[in-house]
Amino acid sequence: MRVVVVGAGPAGMAAARTAADAGAEVVMVDAEPDAGGQFLRGRARFSHPGVTHLKNAEAWLVENRTLHLRGPQQVHFDALVIATGAYDRPLPFPGWDGPGVITAGAAQALAKQGVTLAERVIVAGTGPFLLPVATALKDLGATLVGVYEASSPTRWLREPKAVLANRHKIAELARYRNVLTHLETRTAVIAKHGSRVTVAKLDRNWRPISHRTEHADLVCIGHGFLPRTDLVPNAKRTNDFLDVDERQQTSIANIYAAGEVTGIGGADLAEAEGVIAGAAAAQQEPPPQALAAVRKGRLFAQALARVHAVQPGWRTWLNPDTTVCRCERVSLADLTEATTMRELKLTSRVALGRCQGRICARNAAELTGVPFDGQRRVIAVPIPLGELARLPEEDS
Amino acid sequence: MHPDVVVVGAGIIGAACAQALSARGLDVVVIDRSGPASGTSAAGEGNVLVSDKEPGPELDLARASRDLWPALALDAELARDVEWEEKGGLVVATTPDASAPLRAFAAKQRAAGIDACEITAEEALAHEPHLNPEITAAVHYLQDAQLNPVKATVALLRGIRFIAAEVSTTDGRSVTTSDGVISCGAVVNATGPWARNFGVNVLPRRGVVLVTTPIPGTIRHKVYDADYVGAVASGDADLQTSGVVESTQAGTVLIGSSRQRKGFDDAIESKVLKALALKAIALFPMLAGVPVMRAYGGFRPYAPDHLPIIGPDPRVPGLWHATGHEGAGVGLAPATGRLLADLLTGGTPLVDPHPFRVDRQGVMV
Repeated sequence: MRVVVVGAGPAGMAAARTAADAGAEVVMVDAEPDAGGQFLRGRARFSHPGVTHLKNAEAWLVENRTLHLRGPQQVHFDALVIATGAYDRPLPFPGWDGPGVITAGAAQALAKQGVTLAERVIVAGTGPFLLPVATALKDLGATLVGVYEASSPTRWLREPKAVLANRHKIAELARYRNVLTHLETRTAVIAKHGSRVTVAKLDRNWRPISHRTEHADLVCIGHGFLPRTDLVPNAKRTNDFLDVDERQQTSIANIYAAGEVTGIGGADLAEAEGVIAGAAAAQQEPPPQALAAVRKGRLFAQALARVHAVQPGWRTWLNPDTTVCRCERVSLADLTEATTMRELKLTSRVALGRCQGRICARNAAELTGVPFDGQRRVIAVPIPLGELARLPEEDS
Repeated sequence: MHPDVVVVGAGIIGAACAQALSARGLDVVVIDRSGPASGTSAAGEGNVLVSDKEPGPELDLARASRDLWPALALDAELARDVEWEEKGGLVVATTPDASAPLRAFAAKQRAAGIDACEITAEEALAHEPHLNPEITAAVHYLQDAQLNPVKATVALLRGIRFIAAEVSTTDGRSVTTSDGVISCGAVVNATGPWARNFGVNVLPRRGVVLVTTPIPGTIRHKVYDADYVGAVASGDADLQTSGVVESTQAGTVLIGSSRQRKGFDDAIESKVLKALALKAIALFPMLAGVPVMRAYGGFRPYAPDHLPIIGPDPRVPGLWHATGHEGAGVGLAPATGRLLADLLTGGTPLVDPHPFRVDRQGVMV
């Protein structure tokens, strides 16, 4: 029995360990040089009996019971666990495609490697993830101009059940006390020209009601997350996150999912999901503690999704010439009237460039009112034709 | 609402039929379960080819279409840029055995009035500097052209009423949709590979296209291996591939072509990716280092004798068919629309409609 786990963050590591402990032969496929994923980048030391850790290994296609890796290389599996995580969603505004604007996730990754990028920094967007990013930058000596949260914290008052079940999450906020003084809510960066940054107060729909100018060299943005689901283009999903049953199985038999690909809920929920997925993939009953942790964690994740949901007023931040798709240089004015995502893409070229819509497709859908179809990408990473030509003759 | 004609299917064929009928003053409604060009039309390369067709009824239809496209594409009323490009096709033989059949094929086409110009390997390399110098024969087709099939479909549908709904049945005088019944004077089945639902023997033939990252200016024509014509005409169910390489205005390179009969199964198979990559590299060795950033696939609608089905259904008065164009729908669309409109309004047919009739052998089911 071989279980292959894709991703080596908290979910992937937990799945790999659990499946190995249940007696499966486990291969953990990691796109990075070290285990830990985005969350524990460079801070995890992974080694577990029964788990082969493939480093710098990029998976690009699932075909029946075979996972194709760059190389080309193939790994056969009896069960597969998708633990590929999520990446930041940036909302566009005038100047977001210019120098000095990066995603909060990119800023944190650099900070974890000890790289500071600027003197004066703004962190803006929505969600609790902004706080650790701001803290990391401040700890490296950056001057924090502000931490701007577009949503209102009072929305949490409507989520008593989730808050009570996850009191430890509130306690975690204490870790970020050094940056909480810089936090402004119902506030967003809505333009950046050089070092002049337009900061706006928002109404509850994220429509600007007043604005001021701040000066910053770097703006780090993150308006929630988008899951990395390319390996299973046919799996059912809700709001782009993979649907799973109580054993973390996707709509496809023998393919499980754990962590942020199923919803954003933090590292402890991801780890608990990993334990369940790893056990189920190895055909063992998941431990009840993990099931309880997931039930509790999901309450928090669902509340988080409601409180920090992107509100439609962001669409007023753009000018007609504001870039929506950076790869193909498509501006708001270039977006065509369309009925489907495919029509929108092929008439305006939005989402057809190098990033294949990972950054812009969702935004383009919301800007035009075209239903977002979850973007099926059948090749998960770009691959030279010469490598495709070296694929084995027959898939076994 | 009581339109003269309901066209079912908003692909390039449905759009061309609707445009031609509408141009004759008929009140036309187009119905599609999704949107314009959401099926086969968007899954190809937008080719308008004469180079791949043997002399016969399909070539006649292709030539008539080729003559109509520029006017349609540039029509001021259609305003939108459909990326029409008269890029020309270059067909090459890659083995000594393939060179004589390619020359013979081109000679037959020349006799039928096609501009098929035999050129030397040196001349071919002057046209396409990155082409494999090992080619054994080359024919240059000046008439081969390309357009953006989605923009073209949208342009043809301009000003025509569109309804997004699923059509379940029709009796020729009305269509039953997921949104209710629409009565009308006539119904055109332009549902491509799904046309079988309305009584004609059309089946899907799977095709996959690879798209590279942009390398503007590297490849200029549609370049394909002479064995392509054999693959198009074959009825084999097993995977068939042939090297077909061309660039788009965005600088990406499109790589085909594959043919497989496996129903509506849309899974991407590594053996198809491998075969396409090998054949593309055989034509352009430099492509080995160029990354593929996506792959897309679709279903060609094919009839048992590989000819389009255009005309009235003798079993159901009021029901017309325009389908079965296989991989050539974009190229054949304007003449198909014109021919259907000629037949439906009692005008003089643009081309001989007999080979495309619905009651020929094996078509009605």
